[in-house]
Amino acid sequence: MLYALCFLLFMIGLYCAVVKKNLVKIVIGLAIMEYAVNLFLIMLGYRVGGTAPIIGRGDIQAGAERLTAHFINSAVDPLPQALVLTAIVISLGSLALLISICIRIYDKYGTFDITEIRRLRG
Amino acid sequence: MKGMTIIVKTICGWVKVLIFLFGINIILFGHLTPGGGFAGGVILASSYVLMMLAFGREFVEKNLPIPLASRLDCFGAFLFAAVAILGLVFGGTFFVNFLYQKYLPGHALHLVSAGTIPLSNIAIGLKVGASLFLAIFALSAFRKDFQRPDAGGDNKRPVAGQE
Amino acid sequence: MAIFYILLFFMVIAAIIAVETKDLLGSVICVGAIGFGGSLMFLLLYAPDIAITQIVVEVLGLIILIRATISRDHTFITGEREFFGMVVSVAILLVIFLAGIKVFESLPPFGTPIFAKAPEAPSQTYIEKGLADTGAANVVAGVILDYRGYDTLGETTVLFTSILGATVILRTRSRKRLEEPDT
Repeated sequence: MLYALCFLLFMIGLYCAVVKKNLVKIVIGLAIMEYAVNLFLIMLGYRVGGTAPIIGRGDIQAGAERLTAHFINSAVDPLPQALVLTAIVISLGSLALLISICIRIYDKYGTFDITEIRRLRG
Repeated sequence: MKGMTIIVKTICGWVKVLIFLFGINIILFGHLTPGGGFAGGVILASSYVLMMLAFGREFVEKNLPIPLASRLDCFGAFLFAAVAILGLVFGGTFFVNFLYQKYLPGHALHLVSAGTIPLSNIAIGLKVGASLFLAIFALSAFRKDFQRPDAGGDNKRPVAGQE
Repeated sequence: MAIFYILLFFMVIAAIIAVETKDLLGSVICVGAIGFGGSLMFLLLYAPDIAITQIVVEVLGLIILIRATISRDHTFITGEREFFGMVVSVAILLVIFLAGIKVFESLPPFGTPIFAKAPEAPSQTYIEKGLADTGAANVVAGVILDYRGYDTLGETTVLFTSILGATVILRTRSRKRLEEPDT
Protein backbone atom coordinates (compact mmCIF):
# COMPACT_ATOMS: atom_id res chain seq x y z
CA MET A 1 0.00 0.00 0.00
CA LEU A 2 2.85 2.38 0.70
CA TYR A 3 4.41 1.50 -2.64
CA ALA A 4 1.08 2.31 -4.28
CA LEU A 5 0.98 5.77 -2.68
CA CYS A 6 4.50 6.47 -3.86
CA PHE A 7 3.57 5.38 -7.37
CA LEU A 8 0.53 7.66 -7.19
CA LEU A 9 2.85 10.58 -6.44
CA PHE A 10 4.88 9.64 -9.51
CA MET A 11 1.73 9.50 -11.63
CA ILE A 12 0.64 12.96 -10.44
CA GLY A 13 3.99 14.36 -11.52
CA LEU A 14 3.71 12.59 -14.89
CA TYR A 15 0.22 14.00 -15.42
CA CYS A 16 1.50 17.49 -14.71
CA ALA A 17 4.38 17.09 -17.14
CA VAL A 18 2.18 15.76 -19.94
CA VAL A 19 -1.05 17.75 -19.78
CA LYS A 20 -0.16 21.23 -18.62
CA LYS A 21 0.63 24.11 -20.94
CA ASN A 22 2.67 26.33 -18.66
CA LEU A 23 6.40 25.75 -18.99
CA VAL A 24 7.16 26.19 -15.30
CA LYS A 25 4.38 23.75 -14.43
CA ILE A 26 6.08 21.17 -16.64
CA VAL A 27 9.33 21.69 -14.73
CA ILE A 28 7.44 21.33 -11.45
CA GLY A 29 6.01 18.05 -12.69
CA LEU A 30 9.51 16.77 -13.41
CA ALA A 31 10.63 17.75 -9.90
CA ILE A 32 7.71 15.87 -8.34
CA MET A 33 8.62 12.78 -10.36
CA GLU A 34 12.20 12.92 -9.11
CA TYR A 35 11.11 13.16 -5.48
CA ALA A 36 8.82 10.15 -5.93
CA VAL A 37 11.51 7.98 -7.51
CA ASN A 38 14.07 8.75 -4.80
CA LEU A 39 11.52 7.96 -2.10
CA PHE A 40 10.63 4.66 -3.74
CA LEU A 41 14.25 3.54 -3.94
CA ILE A 42 14.85 4.21 -0.25
CA MET A 43 11.62 2.44 0.70
CA LEU A 44 12.89 -0.70 -1.02
CA GLY A 45 15.75 -1.06 1.41
CA TYR A 46 13.88 -0.52 4.65
CA ARG A 47 13.97 -3.08 7.43
CA VAL A 48 11.44 -2.94 10.28
CA GLY A 49 13.24 -2.30 13.54
CA GLY A 50 16.53 -1.67 11.78
CA THR A 51 19.36 0.78 12.28
CA ALA A 52 21.08 3.26 10.04
CA PRO A 53 24.17 1.84 8.26
CA ILE A 54 26.65 3.80 10.35
CA ILE A 55 29.02 1.94 12.64
CA GLY A 56 29.32 3.36 16.10
CA ARG A 57 31.52 2.41 18.98
CA GLY A 58 29.00 -0.07 20.30
CA ASP A 59 28.85 -2.01 17.07
CA ILE A 60 32.40 -3.31 17.18
CA GLN A 61 32.97 -6.34 19.31
CA ALA A 62 35.37 -5.61 22.12
CA GLY A 63 38.75 -7.17 21.52
CA ALA A 64 38.02 -8.66 18.12
CA GLU A 65 37.98 -6.77 14.84
CA ARG A 66 34.48 -7.81 13.96
CA LEU A 67 31.06 -6.26 13.98
CA THR A 68 28.41 -7.45 16.38
CA ALA A 69 25.76 -9.75 15.04
CA HIS A 70 23.10 -7.27 16.09
CA PHE A 71 24.40 -4.73 13.61
CA ILE A 72 24.70 -7.20 10.76
CA ASN A 73 21.17 -8.46 11.29
CA SER A 74 19.49 -5.11 11.65
CA ALA A 75 21.21 -2.72 9.25
CA VAL A 76 19.18 -1.34 6.37
CA ASP A 77 20.36 -1.62 2.80
CA PRO A 78 23.21 0.83 2.09
CA LEU A 79 23.26 0.41 -1.68
CA PRO A 80 20.07 2.31 -2.61
CA GLN A 81 21.15 5.11 -0.28
CA ALA A 82 24.42 5.47 -2.16
CA LEU A 83 22.64 5.66 -5.51
CA VAL A 84 19.97 8.11 -4.34
CA LEU A 85 22.62 10.42 -2.84
CA THR A 86 24.06 11.22 -6.24
CA ALA A 87 20.63 11.30 -7.87
CA ILE A 88 19.44 14.08 -5.57
CA VAL A 89 22.37 16.36 -6.40
CA ILE A 90 22.08 15.65 -10.12
CA SER A 91 18.40 16.65 -10.00
CA LEU A 92 19.43 20.03 -8.62
CA GLY A 93 21.88 20.58 -11.47
CA SER A 94 19.34 19.67 -14.12
CA LEU A 95 16.71 21.89 -12.45
CA ALA A 96 19.12 24.84 -12.72
CA LEU A 97 19.61 24.13 -16.43
CA LEU A 98 15.87 23.83 -17.11
CA ILE A 99 15.03 27.05 -15.31
CA SER A 100 17.75 28.96 -17.17
CA ILE A 101 16.21 27.78 -20.46
CA CYS A 102 12.75 28.86 -19.23
CA ILE A 103 14.01 32.33 -18.34
CA ARG A 104 15.56 32.69 -21.78
CA ILE A 105 12.36 31.60 -23.47
CA TYR A 106 10.35 34.11 -21.48
CA ASP A 107 12.61 36.97 -22.42
CA LYS A 108 12.46 36.06 -26.07
CA TYR A 109 8.77 35.29 -26.53
CA GLY A 110 7.13 37.09 -23.63
CA THR A 111 5.09 34.15 -22.42
CA PHE A 112 5.40 30.76 -20.79
CA ASP A 113 2.65 29.16 -22.88
CA ILE A 114 3.97 26.35 -25.04
CA THR A 115 1.28 26.73 -27.69
CA GLU A 116 2.23 30.38 -28.20
CA ILE A 117 5.90 29.54 -28.43
CA ARG A 118 5.22 27.22 -31.28
CA ARG A 119 3.47 29.90 -33.29
CA LEU A 120 5.57 32.98 -32.83
CA ARG A 121 8.57 33.32 -35.10
CA GLY A 122 10.57 35.51 -32.73
CA MET B 1 19.19 41.31 -5.98
CA LYS B 2 18.96 44.20 -3.59
CA GLY B 3 19.66 43.85 0.09
CA MET B 4 17.22 43.79 2.96
CA THR B 5 16.67 45.79 6.15
CA ILE B 6 19.24 46.42 8.84
CA ILE B 7 17.86 43.78 11.19
CA VAL B 8 18.18 41.05 8.56
CA LYS B 9 21.69 42.18 7.68
CA THR B 10 22.89 42.03 11.29
CA ILE B 11 21.50 38.58 11.96
CA CYS B 12 22.76 37.18 8.67
CA GLY B 13 26.22 38.50 9.42
CA TRP B 14 26.35 36.29 12.47
CA VAL B 15 24.52 33.27 11.13
CA LYS B 16 26.52 32.86 7.93
CA VAL B 17 29.65 31.96 9.86
CA LEU B 18 27.79 29.18 11.68
CA ILE B 19 26.41 27.77 8.45
CA PHE B 20 29.85 27.81 6.84
CA LEU B 21 31.44 26.04 9.82
CA PHE B 22 28.65 23.46 9.84
CA GLY B 23 29.27 22.78 6.16
CA ILE B 24 32.99 22.25 6.76
CA ASN B 25 32.22 19.89 9.65
CA ILE B 26 29.94 17.77 7.52
CA ILE B 27 32.54 17.54 4.76
CA LEU B 28 35.50 16.68 6.97
CA PHE B 29 33.78 14.03 9.05
CA GLY B 30 32.01 12.51 6.08
CA HIS B 31 33.49 9.09 6.68
CA LEU B 32 32.37 8.93 10.33
CA THR B 33 29.02 10.67 10.59
CA PRO B 34 26.19 11.04 8.09
CA GLY B 35 26.76 13.63 5.43
CA GLY B 36 29.65 13.49 3.05
CA GLY B 37 30.89 15.69 0.27
CA PHE B 38 27.60 16.40 -1.50
CA ALA B 39 25.55 17.62 1.44
CA GLY B 40 28.45 19.65 2.80
CA GLY B 41 29.08 21.31 -0.54
CA VAL B 42 25.45 22.32 -0.88
CA ILE B 43 25.53 23.78 2.66
CA LEU B 44 28.62 25.86 1.77
CA ALA B 45 26.87 27.20 -1.31
CA SER B 46 23.75 28.02 0.68
CA SER B 47 25.72 30.17 3.13
CA TYR B 48 26.78 32.34 0.20
CA VAL B 49 23.23 32.39 -1.13
CA LEU B 50 22.10 33.69 2.26
CA MET B 51 24.62 36.51 1.92
CA MET B 52 23.35 37.27 -1.57
CA LEU B 53 19.77 37.51 -0.38
CA ALA B 54 20.55 39.70 2.62
CA PHE B 55 23.29 42.01 1.37
CA GLY B 56 22.77 42.21 -2.37
CA ARG B 57 24.69 40.77 -5.21
CA GLU B 58 27.47 43.33 -5.54
CA PHE B 59 28.63 42.81 -1.97
CA VAL B 60 29.07 39.11 -2.53
CA GLU B 61 30.85 39.71 -5.81
CA LYS B 62 33.45 41.79 -3.98
CA ASN B 63 33.75 39.06 -1.36
CA LEU B 64 34.14 36.07 -3.69
CA PRO B 65 34.83 37.17 -7.25
CA ILE B 66 33.53 35.06 -10.08
CA PRO B 67 36.91 34.03 -11.57
CA LEU B 68 37.99 32.77 -8.16
CA ALA B 69 34.83 30.71 -7.75
CA SER B 70 35.26 29.27 -11.20
CA ARG B 71 38.83 28.31 -10.44
CA LEU B 72 37.81 26.67 -7.16
CA ASP B 73 35.25 24.63 -9.06
CA CYS B 74 37.81 23.42 -11.59
CA PHE B 75 40.35 22.76 -8.83
CA GLY B 76 37.88 20.54 -7.01
CA ALA B 77 37.19 18.48 -10.11
CA PHE B 78 40.90 18.23 -10.87
CA LEU B 79 41.70 17.10 -7.32
CA PHE B 80 39.11 14.34 -7.57
CA ALA B 81 40.56 13.12 -10.86
CA ALA B 82 44.08 13.34 -9.40
CA VAL B 83 43.12 11.11 -6.46
CA ALA B 84 41.77 8.56 -8.92
CA ILE B 85 44.90 8.61 -11.12
CA LEU B 86 47.23 8.43 -8.12
CA GLY B 87 45.45 5.23 -7.25
CA LEU B 88 46.60 3.90 -10.60
CA VAL B 89 50.18 5.06 -10.02
CA PHE B 90 50.63 3.85 -6.46
CA GLY B 91 48.19 1.02 -6.16
CA GLY B 92 48.12 -0.63 -9.53
CA THR B 93 44.39 -0.24 -10.14
CA PHE B 94 42.41 2.85 -11.10
CA PHE B 95 40.70 4.50 -8.16
CA VAL B 96 41.93 2.06 -5.53
CA ASN B 97 42.10 3.25 -1.93
CA PHE B 98 45.88 3.20 -1.88
CA LEU B 99 46.33 5.18 1.31
CA TYR B 100 44.29 2.77 3.38
CA GLN B 101 45.74 -0.39 1.92
CA LYS B 102 49.41 0.51 1.86
CA TYR B 103 50.65 3.65 3.48
CA LEU B 104 48.41 5.12 6.13
CA PRO B 105 45.86 2.74 7.64
CA GLY B 106 45.06 4.81 10.70
CA HIS B 107 42.72 3.65 13.43
CA ALA B 108 39.07 2.98 12.90
CA LEU B 109 36.60 5.64 14.06
CA HIS B 110 39.25 8.37 14.16
CA LEU B 111 39.64 11.35 11.89
CA VAL B 112 42.73 10.02 10.13
CA SER B 113 41.38 6.78 8.75
CA ALA B 114 39.79 5.41 5.61
CA GLY B 115 42.60 6.49 3.32
CA THR B 116 41.62 8.63 0.38
CA ILE B 117 37.97 8.97 1.37
CA PRO B 118 38.38 12.29 3.26
CA LEU B 119 40.40 13.70 0.33
CA SER B 120 37.67 12.76 -2.11
CA ASN B 121 35.07 14.29 0.20
CA ILE B 122 36.96 17.59 0.32
CA ALA B 123 37.31 17.64 -3.46
CA ILE B 124 33.62 16.93 -4.03
CA GLY B 125 32.59 19.49 -1.40
CA LEU B 126 34.64 22.23 -3.05
CA LYS B 127 33.32 21.35 -6.47
CA VAL B 128 29.64 21.14 -5.61
CA GLY B 129 29.73 24.29 -3.49
CA ALA B 130 31.45 26.43 -6.09
CA SER B 131 29.25 25.10 -8.92
CA LEU B 132 25.97 25.83 -7.18
CA PHE B 133 27.15 29.26 -6.10
CA LEU B 134 28.01 30.07 -9.72
CA ALA B 135 24.66 28.80 -10.96
CA ILE B 136 22.61 30.88 -8.52
CA PHE B 137 24.80 33.92 -9.09
CA ALA B 138 24.26 33.65 -12.84
CA LEU B 139 20.51 33.33 -12.31
CA SER B 140 20.41 36.48 -10.22
CA ALA B 141 22.73 38.48 -12.44
CA PHE B 142 20.77 37.87 -15.62
CA ARG B 143 19.66 41.14 -17.08
CA LYS B 144 18.71 42.27 -20.50
CA ASP B 145 21.28 44.75 -21.62
CA PHE B 146 21.11 44.05 -25.25
CA GLN B 147 18.52 45.34 -27.70
CA ARG B 148 16.36 42.75 -29.31
CA PRO B 149 15.62 43.48 -32.97
CA ASP B 150 11.95 44.20 -33.38
CA ALA B 151 10.64 41.48 -35.66
CA GLY B 152 7.17 42.45 -36.82
CA GLY B 153 4.95 45.21 -35.59
CA ASP B 154 2.61 43.26 -33.32
CA ASN B 155 5.20 41.41 -31.32
CA LYS B 156 4.55 42.56 -27.80
CA ARG B 157 7.58 43.47 -25.77
CA PRO B 158 7.49 41.72 -22.40
CA VAL B 159 7.74 43.61 -19.18
CA ALA B 160 9.94 41.02 -17.54
CA GLY B 161 11.60 42.55 -14.53
CA GLN B 162 15.18 42.36 -13.54
CA GLU B 163 17.10 44.08 -10.81
CA MET C 1 4.07 2.64 10.41
CA ALA C 2 1.14 5.00 10.70
CA ILE C 3 3.47 7.96 10.40
CA PHE C 4 4.50 6.79 6.93
CA TYR C 5 0.90 6.83 5.77
CA ILE C 6 0.31 10.28 7.22
CA LEU C 7 3.41 11.73 5.57
CA LEU C 8 2.65 10.13 2.21
CA PHE C 9 -0.92 11.44 2.27
CA PHE C 10 0.44 14.89 3.06
CA MET C 11 2.81 14.66 0.10
CA VAL C 12 0.09 13.43 -2.28
CA ILE C 13 -2.30 16.22 -1.26
CA ALA C 14 0.42 18.83 -1.63
CA ALA C 15 1.22 17.42 -5.09
CA ILE C 16 -2.41 17.68 -6.16
CA ILE C 17 -2.53 21.30 -5.01
CA ALA C 18 0.75 22.05 -6.80
CA VAL C 19 -0.57 20.65 -10.06
CA GLU C 20 -4.02 22.21 -10.06
CA THR C 21 -3.57 25.73 -8.77
CA LYS C 22 -3.29 28.59 -11.22
CA ASP C 23 -0.91 30.63 -9.14
CA LEU C 24 2.71 29.76 -9.91
CA LEU C 25 4.03 30.97 -6.57
CA GLY C 26 1.56 28.77 -4.71
CA SER C 27 2.57 25.68 -6.65
CA VAL C 28 6.28 26.35 -6.03
CA ILE C 29 5.57 26.54 -2.30
CA CYS C 30 3.69 23.24 -2.47
CA VAL C 31 6.71 21.63 -4.16
CA GLY C 32 8.71 22.83 -1.16
CA ALA C 33 6.24 21.11 1.13
CA ILE C 34 6.63 17.87 -0.83
CA GLY C 35 10.39 18.03 -0.47
CA PHE C 36 10.14 18.68 3.24
CA GLY C 37 7.80 15.72 3.72
CA GLY C 38 10.19 13.59 1.72
CA SER C 39 13.07 14.58 3.97
CA LEU C 40 11.08 13.56 7.06
CA MET C 41 10.30 10.24 5.40
CA PHE C 42 13.99 9.65 4.74
CA LEU C 43 14.79 10.32 8.38
CA LEU C 44 12.18 7.82 9.55
CA LEU C 45 13.41 5.23 7.04
CA TYR C 46 16.85 5.20 8.72
CA ALA C 47 18.69 7.13 6.01
CA PRO C 48 20.23 10.21 7.70
CA ASP C 49 22.68 10.97 4.84
CA ILE C 50 19.82 11.27 2.41
CA ALA C 51 17.71 13.36 4.78
CA ILE C 52 20.43 16.00 5.16
CA THR C 53 21.06 16.12 1.42
CA GLN C 54 17.37 16.30 0.52
CA ILE C 55 16.53 19.18 2.83
CA VAL C 56 19.37 21.43 1.70
CA VAL C 57 18.90 20.58 -1.98
CA GLU C 58 15.19 21.30 -1.72
CA VAL C 59 15.85 24.73 -0.23
CA LEU C 60 18.22 25.66 -3.06
CA GLY C 61 15.80 24.24 -5.61
CA LEU C 62 13.05 26.46 -4.21
CA ILE C 63 15.27 29.51 -4.59
CA ILE C 64 15.99 28.60 -8.21
CA LEU C 65 12.30 28.01 -9.00
CA ILE C 66 11.18 31.23 -7.35
CA ARG C 67 13.73 33.17 -9.36
CA ALA C 68 11.90 32.17 -12.51
CA THR C 69 8.48 33.22 -11.32
CA ILE C 70 8.88 36.19 -9.02
CA SER C 71 9.12 39.07 -11.44
CA ARG C 72 7.49 37.83 -14.57
CA ASP C 73 4.13 39.41 -15.22
CA HIS C 74 2.55 37.24 -17.88
CA THR C 75 2.53 33.93 -16.05
CA PHE C 76 -1.16 33.10 -16.28
CA ILE C 77 -2.29 30.97 -19.16
CA THR C 78 -5.57 31.85 -20.75
CA GLY C 79 -7.06 29.98 -23.60
CA GLU C 80 -9.25 27.00 -24.21
CA ARG C 81 -8.30 23.60 -22.88
CA GLU C 82 -8.20 20.75 -25.31
CA PHE C 83 -10.75 18.47 -23.77
CA PHE C 84 -10.26 15.43 -25.91
CA GLY C 85 -6.50 15.36 -25.55
CA MET C 86 -6.72 15.62 -21.80
CA VAL C 87 -9.20 12.77 -21.49
CA VAL C 88 -7.03 10.48 -23.61
CA SER C 89 -3.94 11.34 -21.55
CA VAL C 90 -5.71 10.69 -18.26
CA ALA C 91 -7.04 7.35 -19.55
CA ILE C 92 -3.57 6.20 -20.60
CA LEU C 93 -2.10 7.26 -17.26
CA LEU C 94 -4.82 5.36 -15.41
CA VAL C 95 -4.02 2.19 -17.37
CA ILE C 96 -0.32 2.58 -16.55
CA PHE C 97 -1.13 3.09 -12.88
CA LEU C 98 -3.28 -0.02 -12.63
CA ALA C 99 -0.73 -2.11 -14.47
CA GLY C 100 2.05 -0.82 -12.23
CA ILE C 101 0.18 -1.79 -9.08
CA LYS C 102 0.28 -5.40 -10.23
CA VAL C 103 4.06 -5.32 -10.44
CA PHE C 104 4.40 -4.53 -6.76
CA GLU C 105 3.04 -7.94 -5.86
CA SER C 106 6.32 -9.48 -6.95
CA LEU C 107 8.39 -7.37 -4.58
CA PRO C 108 8.91 -8.51 -0.99
CA PRO C 109 6.50 -6.76 1.38
CA PHE C 110 7.43 -3.44 2.86
CA GLY C 111 9.82 -4.01 5.75
CA THR C 112 12.02 -6.79 4.43
CA PRO C 113 14.76 -5.61 2.12
CA ILE C 114 15.60 -7.53 -1.00
CA PHE C 115 18.99 -8.71 0.21
CA ALA C 116 17.43 -10.54 3.14
CA LYS C 117 16.03 -13.03 0.65
CA ALA C 118 19.18 -13.44 -1.45
CA PRO C 119 22.27 -13.91 0.71
CA GLU C 120 24.72 -13.45 -2.15
CA ALA C 121 23.67 -9.88 -2.74
CA PRO C 122 26.46 -7.28 -2.64
CA SER C 123 24.74 -5.35 0.14
CA GLN C 124 25.51 -8.13 2.59
CA THR C 125 29.22 -7.88 1.69
CA TYR C 126 29.13 -4.10 2.04
CA ILE C 127 27.71 -4.28 5.54
CA GLU C 128 29.92 -7.07 6.81
CA LYS C 129 33.23 -6.08 5.29
CA GLY C 130 32.74 -2.33 4.93
CA LEU C 131 34.80 -1.32 7.92
CA ALA C 132 37.59 -3.82 7.26
CA ASP C 133 37.97 -3.10 3.54
CA THR C 134 37.65 0.65 3.46
CA GLY C 135 38.13 1.81 7.02
CA ALA C 136 35.15 4.14 6.90
CA ALA C 137 32.61 3.94 9.70
CA ASN C 138 29.95 5.43 7.45
CA VAL C 139 29.17 2.48 5.20
CA VAL C 140 27.36 4.64 2.65
CA ALA C 141 30.42 6.90 2.24
CA GLY C 142 32.56 3.81 1.83
CA VAL C 143 30.22 2.53 -0.86
CA ILE C 144 30.12 5.72 -2.91
CA LEU C 145 33.82 6.50 -2.70
CA ASP C 146 35.51 3.15 -2.55
CA TYR C 147 33.38 0.29 -3.79
CA ARG C 148 31.54 2.32 -6.42
CA GLY C 149 33.86 5.20 -7.16
CA TYR C 150 33.11 5.21 -10.88
CA ASP C 151 29.53 6.26 -10.24
CA THR C 152 30.73 9.25 -8.25
CA LEU C 153 33.13 10.18 -11.04
CA GLY C 154 30.28 10.10 -13.54
CA GLU C 155 28.06 12.12 -11.25
CA THR C 156 30.69 14.80 -10.85
CA THR C 157 30.97 15.02 -14.62
CA VAL C 158 27.20 15.36 -15.03
CA LEU C 159 27.01 18.13 -12.43
CA PHE C 160 29.93 19.96 -14.02
CA THR C 161 28.36 19.82 -17.47
CA SER C 162 24.91 20.91 -16.38
CA ILE C 163 26.16 23.91 -14.41
CA LEU C 164 28.41 24.83 -17.34
CA GLY C 165 25.38 24.75 -19.63
CA ALA C 166 23.31 26.85 -17.24
CA THR C 167 25.92 29.59 -16.88
CA VAL C 168 26.58 29.71 -20.63
CA ILE C 169 22.88 30.04 -21.47
CA LEU C 170 22.47 32.94 -19.08
CA ARG C 171 25.37 34.95 -20.38
CA THR C 172 24.55 38.28 -22.02
CA ARG C 173 27.75 40.28 -21.82
CA SER C 174 29.54 39.03 -24.86
CA ARG C 175 26.99 40.03 -27.43
CA LYS C 176 28.05 42.01 -30.41
CA ARG C 177 27.14 45.58 -29.82
CA LEU C 178 26.16 46.51 -33.34
CA GLU C 179 22.70 45.59 -34.41
CA GLU C 180 22.24 42.82 -36.89
CA PRO C 181 18.75 41.65 -37.69
CA ASP C 182 18.08 37.99 -37.07
CA THR C 183 17.18 36.17 -40.22
